[in-house]
Amino acid sequence: MKASQYLLDSGLRVGNGVAADPVLVFAVKAAIVVLGLTLAAAFLTWAERKVAGRIQLRYGPNRVGPYGLFQPIADVLKLLFKENLAPATRDKLLFLVGPSLAVGTAILAFAVIPLSAVNHGIGAGYDLHWDISHLNIGLLFILAVTSLGAYSIFLGGWSANSKYSLLGGLRSTAQLISYEMAVSFSLIGVVILTGSLDLEKIVTQQNHAWFVVMQPLAFLLYFTGALAETNRAPFDLPEAEQELVAGYHTEYSSLRFGLYFLGEYVNVITVCAIATTLFLGGWLPIVPFLSFIPGVLWFIGKVAVLILVVMWIRWTLPRLRYDRLMSLGWKVLLPLGLLNIVITGAVVAFQAA
Amino acid sequence: MPITLPPGTAPGLLTPGIDSVEAVDLGGGTMELNMGPQHPSTHGVLRLLLDLDGEVVRQCRPDIGFLHTGFEKSFESHTYQQCIPYTDRMDYLGPPINNLGFALAAERLLGIDVPLRAQYLRVIMAELARIGSHLLWFGTTALDVGAMTPFVYSWRERERILDINELVSGVRMHTSFIRVGGLLADVPDDFYAIAQSVVDTFPKAIDEYEVLISGNPIFRERTRNIGAISAADALNYGMTGPCLRGSGVPYDVRKQQPYSSYDHFDFDIPVGVRGDIYDRYLCRMQELRESLKIVDQALNNLPSGPVNTPDRRVAAPPRNEINTSMESLIRHFKLSTEGFRPPKGQVYQAVESPRGELGFYIVSDGSNRPYRVKVRAPSFSNLTALPHMVKGELLADLVAVIGSIDIVLGDVDR
Amino acid sequence: MLDAYIPILAFFGICVVFAAGVPLLSAWLGPRKPSPEKSMPYESGVVPQIGARQRFSVSFYVTAMLFIIFDVESIFLFPWATIVRQLKIFGFVEMVVFIATLFIGLVYVWRKGAFRWE
Repeated sequence: MKASQYLLDSGLRVGNGVAADPVLVFAVKAAIVVLGLTLAAAFLTWAERKVAGRIQLRYGPNRVGPYGLFQPIADVLKLLFKENLAPATRDKLLFLVGPSLAVGTAILAFAVIPLSAVNHGIGAGYDLHWDISHLNIGLLFILAVTSLGAYSIFLGGWSANSKYSLLGGLRSTAQLISYEMAVSFSLIGVVILTGSLDLEKIVTQQNHAWFVVMQPLAFLLYFTGALAETNRAPFDLPEAEQELVAGYHTEYSSLRFGLYFLGEYVNVITVCAIATTLFLGGWLPIVPFLSFIPGVLWFIGKVAVLILVVMWIRWTLPRLRYDRLMSLGWKVLLPLGLLNIVITGAVVAFQAA
Repeated sequence: MPITLPPGTAPGLLTPGIDSVEAVDLGGGTMELNMGPQHPSTHGVLRLLLDLDGEVVRQCRPDIGFLHTGFEKSFESHTYQQCIPYTDRMDYLGPPINNLGFALAAERLLGIDVPLRAQYLRVIMAELARIGSHLLWFGTTALDVGAMTPFVYSWRERERILDINELVSGVRMHTSFIRVGGLLADVPDDFYAIAQSVVDTFPKAIDEYEVLISGNPIFRERTRNIGAISAADALNYGMTGPCLRGSGVPYDVRKQQPYSSYDHFDFDIPVGVRGDIYDRYLCRMQELRESLKIVDQALNNLPSGPVNTPDRRVAAPPRNEINTSMESLIRHFKLSTEGFRPPKGQVYQAVESPRGELGFYIVSDGSNRPYRVKVRAPSFSNLTALPHMVKGELLADLVAVIGSIDIVLGDVDR
Repeated sequence: MLDAYIPILAFFGICVVFAAGVPLLSAWLGPRKPSPEKSMPYESGVVPQIGARQRFSVSFYVTAMLFIIFDVESIFLFPWATIVRQLKIFGFVEMVVFIATLFIGLVYVWRKGAFRWE
């Protein structure tokens, strides 16, 4: 049987009343997310270098392909054909696990982020959700998976048995777990407003006003915490090359190093997507009459703007010192997060009463 | 290590239990870390042996000599004029100032003065070199605390100073422009306009840097009260230059022992109060402006005339004389092959380099080569204070402190 | 209800295959010429005398402990946050008491100097 015939039979013709095959739908979604995120992250490295170039009176990559667009492909190919160096004194298993965990958790967290509004009843009563799986506790799932990412950095730093890696690993573990709380506390405000951990519901409730309007403090807390969670400047201490050479991935080479790099960029996409979903109205248009533009494009556009801001910050600000970073997390973000929860809770509770 | 029994002890004596437990050495609780020589932020091949307690630097021991090139020894086997290119390569961020120091010392041995025009041009080149060096320092300081962009901005301006170097000497860095007895040559005609445009446009660029970095809260946080050293300590360690002035001591060789007619110019010596990284930073930023002031004055009051001393011991006879006089031809030949012979004696001449007091101590035995040259390198003396400054600070501060001392390893190791 | 987790599980499998497969691919494609110098840990160009398996500062441990405490508390906040409307004032007051307790704990460790990393 020809492949096209199979696809038709198995239910892609959803418009004609054929129920979509869940397995096929899943396969398509999974392929889009994995390949899309990988490609997007690869091209973010290009975008990062272009943005940096523009800020720094340079051109950025412009030799490989038009506007240097094929640069990331060349980079990946180069990394692919490099020798895998590893210190002889490493912990063999954990050294392998580190980079894989970095990219694995980063991609897995994206599974529950809805890219657009659900399409009801296409085919025979089949609802097309724009995420891999529609969980009613999507937010908790994301928090759980992203906190696993801290392991990748610590394992990578510890297993290499190199002092610079170890220092980087220790630093970043302390940093990641400290900001973990600031991030989860900042999200609770939104949960109080919506009464749901379901990401689709959270977006649809922002029809009237985005939550960034009602929760500006939470948005700032989240964005700051997210910068620290993804090791981006001014919180890029784990890989502060002026101090720790390359931090936790000092001993990694070839594509294992590339995986850490990929993981970092996928994480940036993920946190910006979460910020968009929770605070910037997800796929909702800025003004209603622009709703003819598909929700997916709105979503991607908002994420892109946030990522641009993240890059802009990186090439502008100096780096915080380690103790200041920890103080900021524990003495500023955490109490402010608690305050935000109390205020939001008070308003909602008294309104309900 | 299991406990080894003294010979003759019965094996049964050591019962299993507390005695047979292996002694585990927990160490002093500090981690010994090598920082450098192959490290991105030790500004060259400096090696630091650190005792780290978590992130806190308990002890720091600099290990130098990775860039040792034996310049001081090399001087002894070269004629005075041949020594000039070696001085270029010592403090490779301010070559004309090194040339100037050596040339002045040799001239004092000989007892000659160079024409006023040469003195003014020397001042211009030296101050431009100071600006170039400070610009590079500014970029790397920002880089050391994690801001990557200012580096590129300050190099844009430094490039124009290198262009001027190329214009006057044909070389961008190691110019050897200042020679014993004067200059390599007079400056070309388009020099004045280009130098003036540097004077006119740089203040705006410096304002831009100040907006980017000086007022940045993170930068202030990273530098205020970090790596502070008191004026007394700084003097005891023999620190000079912006590092000493940052602690509040207004010592500048250009003012204290003016050379090359620095006393003709009106400029101020900025001093700090707390002696921390931020004060050293502010001192250098202000010095950039003061140097521009000096260049401006020297350019506008530049006298005309020759740029080399007429003293025949050093200066070659003019071309037309060589064609007619046998004595002149022989003199020219002798100068080219043997160089000149200063009288017996010794001399110390200091100049203010971007890093501090750069001194040349030359001993002459009356031959055409120096008997001994000792260079008082500012980076070397300033670096000795590093362990004192970083004790108890964090690892991240160590990097910022190294940057604020502004060492050049070529200068340290010579 | 648990049906929703089947795709998650499948996607987890895909992530594992992807994340583990890519380094294998590069190990297969890349050259392999090991030497003692190459397999030495990096320490700024100096041959390391002691390995990295040493004691490190206790403040990292304190941070980890604090994290465990506060992160567990934040998990209690999520269920409450979803039903603030139903619980009304009663639930709110209860949670304020809880958060206040948390906050006192935070102030306590703060005063004890747990947040001094110098």
